Amino acid sequence: MPQVFHRSTNTLSRLSIYGAVFALAGLGWAGLEINRSPYVTQAFVARSQPVPFSHKHHVQGLGIDCRYCHTSVEDSSFAGIPPTKTCMNCHSQIWADSPTLEPVRASFRSDTSLEWIRVHDLPDFVYFDHSIHVSKGIGCSSCHGQVDQMPLVWSVNTLQMEWCLDCHRQPELHVRPKDQVLNMNYQPPADQLTLGQKLVRDYKIRRLDYCSTCHR
Amino acid sequence: MSVETQNSQRLDLSAIRNRLGASSAREYWRSLEELAETEDFQRYLHREFPEHASEWNDPAGRRKFIKLMAASLALAGIGGCTRQPAETIVPYVRAPEQFVPGKPLYYATALTLGGIATGVLVESHLGRPTKIEGNELHPASLGATDPFAQASILSLYDPDRSQVISEAGRISTWGAFLAAATRALQDQKAKAGRGLRILTGAVTSPTLSAQLQSLLKLYPQARWHQYEPASRDNAKAGSLLAFGQIVETQYRVDRANVILSLESDFLSSGPGCLRYAREFSSRRRLEDHQRGMNRLYVVESTPTNTGSIADHRLPLPAAEIETLARALAGRIGVPGVAGPSSLPRGGVESWIGSVARDLLKNRSDCLVIPGEQQTPGVHALAHAMNHALGNVGHTVFYTDSVEANPVDQTESLRQLAADMAAGNVEMLVILGGNPVYDAPADFDFARRMDRVPLRIHLGLYEDETSNLCHWHLPEAHALESWSDARAFDGTVSIQQPLIAPLYGGKSAQELLAALSGQPGRSGYDIVREYWKSQEPGPGFESFWRRSVHDGVMEGTAFRPRNVSLRPDFAAQVAAPAAREGQGLEVVFRTDSTIYDGRFANNGWLQELPKSLTRLTWDNAAMLSPATAQRLGLASEDVVELRLEGRSVRAPVWVLPGQADNTVTVHLGYGRTRSGRVGTGVGFSAYAIRTSTAPWSCHGLEIIKTGDRHRLACTQSHHSMEGRNLVRTSTLDEYTREPDIIQKMSASPTPSLSLYPGFQYTGYAWGIVIDLNACVGCNSCVVACQAENNVPIVGKEQVSRGREMHWLRIDRYYRGDLDNPETFHQPVLCMHCENAPCEIVCPVAATAHSDEGLNDMVYNRCVGTRYCSNNCPYKVRRFNFLQFNDETTPVLKLMRNPDVTVRSRGVMEKCTYCVQRINEARITAEKDMRSVRDGEIVTACQAACPTQAIVFGNLNDPASRVARLKASPRNYGLLTELNTRPRTTYLARLRNPNPELEAS
Repeated sequence: MPQVFHRSTNTLSRLSIYGAVFALAGLGWAGLEINRSPYVTQAFVARSQPVPFSHKHHVQGLGIDCRYCHTSVEDSSFAGIPPTKTCMNCHSQIWADSPTLEPVRASFRSDTSLEWIRVHDLPDFVYFDHSIHVSKGIGCSSCHGQVDQMPLVWSVNTLQMEWCLDCHRQPELHVRPKDQVLNMNYQPPADQLTLGQKLVRDYKIRRLDYCSTCHR
Repeated sequence: MSVETQNSQRLDLSAIRNRLGASSAREYWRSLEELAETEDFQRYLHREFPEHASEWNDPAGRRKFIKLMAASLALAGIGGCTRQPAETIVPYVRAPEQFVPGKPLYYATALTLGGIATGVLVESHLGRPTKIEGNELHPASLGATDPFAQASILSLYDPDRSQVISEAGRISTWGAFLAAATRALQDQKAKAGRGLRILTGAVTSPTLSAQLQSLLKLYPQARWHQYEPASRDNAKAGSLLAFGQIVETQYRVDRANVILSLESDFLSSGPGCLRYAREFSSRRRLEDHQRGMNRLYVVESTPTNTGSIADHRLPLPAAEIETLARALAGRIGVPGVAGPSSLPRGGVESWIGSVARDLLKNRSDCLVIPGEQQTPGVHALAHAMNHALGNVGHTVFYTDSVEANPVDQTESLRQLAADMAAGNVEMLVILGGNPVYDAPADFDFARRMDRVPLRIHLGLYEDETSNLCHWHLPEAHALESWSDARAFDGTVSIQQPLIAPLYGGKSAQELLAALSGQPGRSGYDIVREYWKSQEPGPGFESFWRRSVHDGVMEGTAFRPRNVSLRPDFAAQVAAPAAREGQGLEVVFRTDSTIYDGRFANNGWLQELPKSLTRLTWDNAAMLSPATAQRLGLASEDVVELRLEGRSVRAPVWVLPGQADNTVTVHLGYGRTRSGRVGTGVGFSAYAIRTSTAPWSCHGLEIIKTGDRHRLACTQSHHSMEGRNLVRTSTLDEYTREPDIIQKMSASPTPSLSLYPGFQYTGYAWGIVIDLNACVGCNSCVVACQAENNVPIVGKEQVSRGREMHWLRIDRYYRGDLDNPETFHQPVLCMHCENAPCEIVCPVAATAHSDEGLNDMVYNRCVGTRYCSNNCPYKVRRFNFLQFNDETTPVLKLMRNPDVTVRSRGVMEKCTYCVQRINEARITAEKDMRSVRDGEIVTACQAACPTQAIVFGNLNDPASRVARLKASPRNYGLLTELNTRPRTTYLARLRNPNPELEAS
């Protein structure tokens, strides 16, 4: 009886069987990469807001301190989003007629809140505290990036657990002197490791990487 | 295999007695079912969640379920890739001062029960009250709370509360009501108020009583009636008998070496119970006993928490307690009181003799406490005994009554009912309360109320009473309104609102102001102006601010008064209690969870297992084992209770320690209009309760119906199979041989493990629970529920063993079936060093932290339940269904934002309140210091009136918890399994009277 298949079919079938392993692994890898990609995490995607508030203009241009608006960043888990009153402190005088700022004035007049779109959105089962990070020498820009250069804010990190753990496991690679926390342009020195280890000792920073640090 | 379809095997009580007789005296038992080893019980024993598979127990359903599961598994990975939906941040327009988002604020206020205040601090997250804590500055709280106060948060947000003003069932407006009321009042004005009646509960509020007085000035012939179903009439009458005037009795329990309770549950109910429990437990702690341990004798008909911690407890029918009190008074030498010629039963004689000698030995350092439900005679005799023993001025004090207008409330309501029947009442205003449901049955209140032309009801719920009223007005909850109230010692607290009325409710003060021609006056103005009139002068503002801030008004506690016994006292109490009728004795008691019925719609309280019966969602007729045997009844048999021509059907519950021939029924159940939670739960004992015998009487008939009613009892779940879990000894034994507790069970050495132990370099958290202090009051259970967003599951799920409480209180018995020793043991997660749950979790959803906590990660849990299976303590709870209501908007406001709201399919358990640990750790680290001892207080610890629960850092040898763990009384549960639990217990010690112990 003649052979139904050509001899090369053997090689082809072997190839496709072994190849399937790689194909599946590749699919898995691709899935994980997609999960980490901005498509899912929305990193580097600027979000449009009810008022096109520009951090670039207010921070870089005008030099307003972060804490002028984010008042509770040193005291509370939540950094704080300013009430409309904070905007109106200046904008009742400056750009008081600007049509762009009409939503702000409308909010102030009608006593209804502005609804900002959350850019850095952790899952609800994660409990993050700004105050402890700021007081232990983790800079704003370490997580939020150089907000002073963002017209509309986007996140520069995935905010996924592996990203949190990168720092929680090795805080010495990311910690900076406390007086540099608000510095948007801070660049780690060449000997970050030496400095970091010293700061970890000085600031009594602990390696908190067990579950209930964030999940409860 | 459904529990419902099984015929429960009848308990053979004589077999139980034989078993008990044969066993050693040290044997503990837990419930009658366990002892009798019924099939039901065996089934529970072998399957922790007896019904867990029954959701899909038909083959077709199961197949479909597996298909669905396969499909969802395939899709699960894809689900992980979804993007988070966009969320908004909604800041204030103008931020209020002091609000820091993410940080709660605490406000002092007061909550009342029967008019009497307990000071509390309320945690508020951005204007949402979420948790009640005790107010340390308040004399009735000292930082602790009772279960009712803890659960009041749920009542506040209850979506079933009445939300609209209604006229004859139709929605109406405040304006329409005012118009109608004004018309009626003008009519009354002409008659000097002859037809106007106002019915309130007990009033201690100085503002409200001033308002009522001024209203009575406007309408001189109007009447103010007061009624509480759990009134303190007997105490008032007893005070009149003894002193000829109504005075309040206060105790200094910590000064007493010997305490005799005549059916008083002073450690867990009644005004001042939190303080008394604190004072009592301060003398039960060996670790700081300069004055030695006290001794408690309790005589009672129905087992109570106080009875369960007594050194000597005597079950006696309620009617015989007066006879006993008279005999005791005779022994003690109360002038003019001769002991009765015969005592009701044998054995009591020597008991009385020993107690009398013990009291006499401790002259001026002892205490006799009469129960509020006991007869006026018992109260008067107790007063006389305290006088004769020289206790007055040392352990007993008398003050003015805390009620603004102390009257005999039953008489007050009787008068109102008679006036209504006679047609004298034209306008009836009911401020709170629910008399149609809870008035004595012989008043026929509902029918008589029908004759009143205008009936107005202010209440939290549209209940039985509002249903029969022309107008119903939603009442503002205590956390929504301004008011004031006095504590048990007279201290005034200002009650301040935490939130604007959720459902547009009005307070009693606001309604009274409107009826006095001042509509629209706010509660704030009313209360503030009253106090301004009391404290005129420039210092008012600071006085007011301070009073509101502290939650107590300085210097308002009543001063002790000198009162002397009436000269004709002996003749007054001489009337012998010749009410020895035939039939059984019935005893009425308020319920330990839903009180007199006012908390019937509160799911936390409905599902709270009652301290002694461990029953939830029901009341029952309690019978002693001997009486049940004589009548041929078993638990869950439905009987008809007949009393003086009235009857009610009730399930039976056999309760060890109950007095023979006495049937106890609890009030508050059988509501017909309460809400989704409370309607139709249990039976109403008010149906057979009359004004002549509000607390007990003879002549009860029990008729067997042949029906059965399944009760949801958490008793035989989680059984620990008779291992020596509660360890106890006596003070003498322990003093002679301090390591007696340690010897009770051998613990394996730590080196038993193959792996080296983890080194805790930072904190190592731990809890120690003093069983000598725990009275089983249940405050911790509700506190845990409120703090940790623990859901309720309903009666059916409880009977399947699916209750969700992270903290439960196990109750064990030892000894004699008729009068066993009772032990309470709070059980929470042990946070074992070698946690059996951790090693079996396939997804590492439960893991150990560097501070020794056994963490539970909900977002990782896939619900295999292996951990629960492997937990020897059975403290893990599984969300079999979507128990947390995530759809009702108002309940979202109630939840603690610092704790995840768990959803279906997730395991959960006690975390040692890790949110509080993290908060304190962050605060400490910001200050560059360590967490101080006592800085972290878990929810259960904060609520505990006796400070039985102590949390702290085991690595700090100076911490309270570390010092307590060094005590020879310290032991762990099931340590023979080498789990090395972090939650440990201090053994219970009794301080028995050697005279009685010998016999």
